[in-house]
Amino acid sequence: MTEEIRIGVFVCHCGVNIGGYVDVPSVVEYAERLPDVAYAEPNLYTCSSDGLQKIQEAIEKHGLNRVVVASCTPRTHEPLFQSACEEAGLNRYLFEMANIRDQCSWVHMREPEKATQKAKDLVRMAVAKARLLVPEEEPEIDVLPKGLVIGGGVSGLTAALSLMDQGFKVHLVEREGRLGGTLLKLDKLFPSNVKASEVIDPLVERVEESNDVTVHLDSKVSDVKGFIGNFDVVVDTPGGPEKLNVGTIIVATGAGYLSPEGLYGYGRVEGVVTQLELEQTFKEVGGLEGVETLVMIQCVGSRNEERAYCSRVCCTEAMKNAIRLLEKDPRRDVYILYRDLQTYGIEFSAMEFDAKKRGARLVMYDKDRPPEVTGEEKGPLVRVYSPLLDEELTIEADMVVLAAPIVPNVDNEALSRHLKVPLNSDGFFMEAHVKLRPVDFATDGVYVCGTAHSPKEVGESVYQAKAAASRAGIPMARGSLKAAAITSVVDEDRCCGCGTCIEMCPYNAITKNERGLAQVEPAVCKGCGVCGASCPEGAITMRHFTDEQLEAQGLAAIGEA
Amino acid sequence: MSDFEPKIIGFLCNWCSYAGADLAGVSRIQYPSNIRVIRVMCSGRVDPVMPLGFLAEGADGVMITGCHIGDCHYIDGNLYARRKFGLLRRLVEKAGLEPERVMLEWVSASEGQRFAEIVTEFTERIRGLGPVACDEETRLNLRAAKAAAEEYRLRALVGKEEKLVERGNVYGDDVTQEEFDRIMDEAVETEYTRNRIRLMLAREPMSVKELAYRMGEEPGNVLSHVASLRQRGWVALLELQGNTPIYHAMEAS
Repeated sequence: MTEEIRIGVFVCHCGVNIGGYVDVPSVVEYAERLPDVAYAEPNLYTCSSDGLQKIQEAIEKHGLNRVVVASCTPRTHEPLFQSACEEAGLNRYLFEMANIRDQCSWVHMREPEKATQKAKDLVRMAVAKARLLVPEEEPEIDVLPKGLVIGGGVSGLTAALSLMDQGFKVHLVEREGRLGGTLLKLDKLFPSNVKASEVIDPLVERVEESNDVTVHLDSKVSDVKGFIGNFDVVVDTPGGPEKLNVGTIIVATGAGYLSPEGLYGYGRVEGVVTQLELEQTFKEVGGLEGVETLVMIQCVGSRNEERAYCSRVCCTEAMKNAIRLLEKDPRRDVYILYRDLQTYGIEFSAMEFDAKKRGARLVMYDKDRPPEVTGEEKGPLVRVYSPLLDEELTIEADMVVLAAPIVPNVDNEALSRHLKVPLNSDGFFMEAHVKLRPVDFATDGVYVCGTAHSPKEVGESVYQAKAAASRAGIPMARGSLKAAAITSVVDEDRCCGCGTCIEMCPYNAITKNERGLAQVEPAVCKGCGVCGASCPEGAITMRHFTDEQLEAQGLAAIGEA
Repeated sequence: MSDFEPKIIGFLCNWCSYAGADLAGVSRIQYPSNIRVIRVMCSGRVDPVMPLGFLAEGADGVMITGCHIGDCHYIDGNLYARRKFGLLRRLVEKAGLEPERVMLEWVSASEGQRFAEIVTEFTERIRGLGPVACDEETRLNLRAAKAAAEEYRLRALVGKEEKLVERGNVYGDDVTQEEFDRIMDEAVETEYTRNRIRLMLAREPMSVKELAYRMGEEPGNVLSHVASLRQRGWVALLELQGNTPIYHAMEAS
């Protein structure tokens, strides 16, 4: 018995984001006339609790058995709408989205008529697919209550301890022979001037003393298989490869600093060091003797064509060290040569004012006419053109301190391949969504925190680490989760046992059964559809992305002018 | 034809390219409005049958985008996408269309700008090529190409291409890309021609001589294809006109 298909279409204004460019009422009117559409309505914000409630009411009132929301991207909002449908008693796979914002109103802002036409087409395509949707079931997967944290710096340690405090066992893998990471090299931390050792040492101690955290030093992750709940990880340790079985993975591998060889006399001129080296000197000898004039140069080798990003910490670090030097000896001359000051927020701005009040001399320089550092007998000589004064200043310095950028770890690429998570174009790990899923990867069960993700200061790394640990804690605390229903399924009557799909499957999810026919393990299948698109007999159906559904979408796209 | 607005279908993989398109949106990067997007989980999901079907039914161009090689969310789905695209391009060309009407590109989640550029460039390219001819002959050829993409032999070849070329066959022989291409070209030619004959006979029963004339083929070649189609039960003898056998197509099973 086939039930009558009754589709509800909800067209979102998204405030002015869609409504400002697409004629939403006419899209609604158009949707009402599409085949099998029983109801259509506009919403100011379909994703608001009010909007979700309206969907649920309409499901009941109009007997809807398919729902189409025309709004933004399914990558962020599909789960929300699916859950709303589910609460109203509709299987979550009887839902489809038309992306009339990211792929329409926002990218055709100057062509409102064409945008409206396209929005209608996208709704028609979504309705065409919705007509063919069927309910799907999600298999249940067990989640091991054991986490893997990669990286033993302040982020990794914080994440590991947070997981431990939540009651989970943790494996912590550190590349170096000692826990602590970059903080081991720093003296004092801004804005509070607390000793770095006072932050990092207690974390290291707690981890080392814990029976719940197993630390692997001098070790690297060399292989990752499996999926959320059950990852098989191989760690290369000094004692040989070790196999770990964990439920979730947190990437906290940190970042490096660029060694600014060849820039501003670094490596050639005596007295030219990096901020990190200055920190080390502070840490080792407590201060700087015999340095009367010190010049800091900001944005060294960064915010340029090769490295467009800002390293976020250097401006405040410069203020911190300028204050420290001037506090010790107010007669010193401390210059900070900068392009734009990025001492953001309440505390860092206060540090900037403090440094200025103490007499730090801030000189803006031009990106296209950067300072020059030459080695003279008395020490480094700095020439800098100030566009504000329109003149060149010459500074006889005792020391030049370069703000070298934070750069992604060289290992990131290999690790991103093992974990199947992306890097951004600068080489840092990229989260699933900058605002909605800031510490998740698109791959379930893998999370990111600290400078592995982007340059950031210690406080920011700590709260990101705690966020990642709490995200990782969710599936582990629940103990099980529902796997996606989007998997492939073999029609045994059509399968000839040629094995083409078995060879292609990236996850080894397909095996031959006792009759020599292909068989898919749903918990392992990730739903890419590579097998279905090549099955010589057309025996494989990709759930929720069937040939018929995709064809219907395409034909709907070209079907009407 | 200056006001020609091409109909373009875009298959975007969920993890990289669809995210890249979203980023173009979030960044408000403007591009031509012709593209209609179908979201798939992986570029490797795109069966050549689908783009060919869309071209046969009125699309003017089809673009497929996936994660960059090495970045595939599904490890190596895009390698298979590339192999499938090879078959698609061959068949588009066989059907008499410009192969540039189909395009495969890699767009990452961070490449919103690149996505917009690719769509703009592809739209302009198709605009330059003009619409796909809507005459009956072109449609028949495209349907023959689509049917060929459904054939066991071509699908099995494409399915095995990646591993065959990269790792050699089960007997340990290395199969070079050139060798594989030669086998593939021959198989594509055969399957396409046979399906074209079948569709021509479905439209109108005729003799081998007439078929050969209309197709511009050697009658001997056409005869051997007809014989093979008869073996498969797809074509049968309808009647004898004088001494000339007239063939017709059987209903597809």
